[in-house]
Amino acid sequence: MEKIDNDKLKEIYRTMVRIRAFEERAIAEYRKGNCPGFIHASVGQEAIPAAVCAFLREDDYILTTHRGHGDIVAKGARLDRMMAELYARETGYCKGRGGSMHIVAADLNMLGATAIVGAGVPIASGVALGCKMQNLDRVTVCFIGDAATCTGAFHEGLGMAAVFDLPVVFVCENNKYGMSTPQKDYTKLETLADRAKAHAIPGVSVDGNDAEAVAGAASEAIERARNGKGPTLIDAATYRYHGHHMGDPGTSYRSKAEIEEYQKFDPIERLQKCLLESGVITEAEIEGLRGSLAKELDEAVRFAAESPEPKVEDALENIYC
Amino acid sequence: MRELTYREALREALREELLRDEKVFLFGEDIAEYSGAYKVTQGLVEEFGHDRVRNTPLAEQGVAGGALGAALVGMRPVAEIMYIDFSLLALDQVFNQIAKFRYMTGGAVKVPLVIRTQGGGGRSAGLHHSQSLEALYVHIPGLIVVMPSNPYDAKGLLKSSIRDDNPVIFIEHKNLYNMNGDVPEEEYLVPLWKADVKRQGDDITVVATSQCVSLALQAAGTLQKDGISLEVIDPRTLRPLDEKPVLESLKKTGRIMIVHEACRTGGYGAEVAAIVAEKAFDYLDAPIKRVTALDSPIPFNPRLEDYVLPNEGDIVNGALELMGK
Repeated sequence: MEKIDNDKLKEIYRTMVRIRAFEERAIAEYRKGNCPGFIHASVGQEAIPAAVCAFLREDDYILTTHRGHGDIVAKGARLDRMMAELYARETGYCKGRGGSMHIVAADLNMLGATAIVGAGVPIASGVALGCKMQNLDRVTVCFIGDAATCTGAFHEGLGMAAVFDLPVVFVCENNKYGMSTPQKDYTKLETLADRAKAHAIPGVSVDGNDAEAVAGAASEAIERARNGKGPTLIDAATYRYHGHHMGDPGTSYRSKAEIEEYQKFDPIERLQKCLLESGVITEAEIEGLRGSLAKELDEAVRFAAESPEPKVEDALENIYC
Repeated sequence: MRELTYREALREALREELLRDEKVFLFGEDIAEYSGAYKVTQGLVEEFGHDRVRNTPLAEQGVAGGALGAALVGMRPVAEIMYIDFSLLALDQVFNQIAKFRYMTGGAVKVPLVIRTQGGGGRSAGLHHSQSLEALYVHIPGLIVVMPSNPYDAKGLLKSSIRDDNPVIFIEHKNLYNMNGDVPEEEYLVPLWKADVKRQGDDITVVATSQCVSLALQAAGTLQKDGISLEVIDPRTLRPLDEKPVLESLKKTGRIMIVHEACRTGGYGAEVAAIVAEKAFDYLDAPIKRVTALDSPIPFNPRLEDYVLPNEGDIVNGALELMGK
């Protein structure tokens, strides 16, 4: 595996910090009652989207899940429009019609978060098919959770990607639980990468909290896809710090000791330590990054709070063209 | 005028649209050399190749989701699901994804795709190859649901469906594939969202769909001898329904019958009846009449199947009842 250069690692680090800052603020706003509905946070999983999207071009596509804030931010989403969507405002990415679980940022080739687990997989294969048929050398990345690999949609989508040699990478953000159900209760497989064997495509396991390892696997899979060599499944092991959503403390099926144990391997701290030790980044730069993010988020919250809600008389717009 | 079968008319529509727009492609199980279960796509793979007449794995969710993905990046897929009974396997993609995608994005994207499928009984095809499930699709905002009843409409509606920027569920009837009818040589479109008065009459408005349009027209011929005149309206696009011709006709006749092959409870007839009751109650001179299949799975035994499905006699009897005869 190629070594990831320092500039790339720094970019990945910045994205990870950005994702976490956004989600922590989103959680705070949610807890204040400013965001209706549910929020499914991906805190703890940031290395995966940051490292994967670092190797995508602007015109490449991603699809994601109900736990997709990190993936969308990594693809380049504006934090103010993200926050406005969580606030259900007209200025949000989906004009307040989608919400946390359904953000689509078509201008970023971010083609949707779905709240139906596994449903994005065949859609991603279709996006990749559409690109291939139009001779566009774009790659599609489909982020999924680990439990999605149990669904029929996952296998139908993977099967199609395999037989048509489609330029798509399936990235499993494997946080070890399908809601509350641990991997051992939903599969006999030791590693979810083995799901790829059923479709004769490469299946790769990586430590999803090691940004450099994810970057290595992702860059290889993306290049493979771009060169017409077909799909890859990446199983990236990680851990979610919060419960399934903000209403779930996440402790009925996981012990506090387990949660604390995983937090010792925090992906941001790991990469930060490595970058500081090698002199790629300084404490002052980190301070600066956190400071500017805090300001950007203050502004995002202000933007969201001051934005208008959609008008009731527009509720039936865009059902049909 | 030139006559074509319903099957040939559909095939000609597909061929013309494949020729007209390189973004159009066909996508489904066994549609290439095998030409689909009812041979609609015969000859197309030879002309357009496997890229554009693309066989898929046997995976209906994959077909529907794949079509959606391709549509999102500028293609215009025409997916085929062999039987409407099998389309149930794709419902998450159709109901949750395809139908909602545009709305969910606040109108930022379009979903120009067609899902062709076919339904209907009468061939002892059994419980999983004979259903009429259009009401499921009609229930979902964001979908356009089309059921052509003759070769002319089949061709013109399919061409319009392929050109439309909304997702269209295009439901053919297996018993109509061999039906002959006038189809002009020159190109034409039949607009979506528009009902068609298939026969003018004065006594009873009959709203009929798919194969039941033919049954209603036969019944109209029979009843003419009894001095009862049926006006037969084919909605063609079931959702969104073009209500005006139905309500206008009812104002003239004062009586309405809805005929469909699907079973009764929760069927399309219930929706039409509700619209009539809400919007034209004062014009009704008799209770609204529904002629439908019985509330039953479709049995294999031909005698039982005949008993369960609606026929011309049921329409005649319903009309006599409406006229108090």
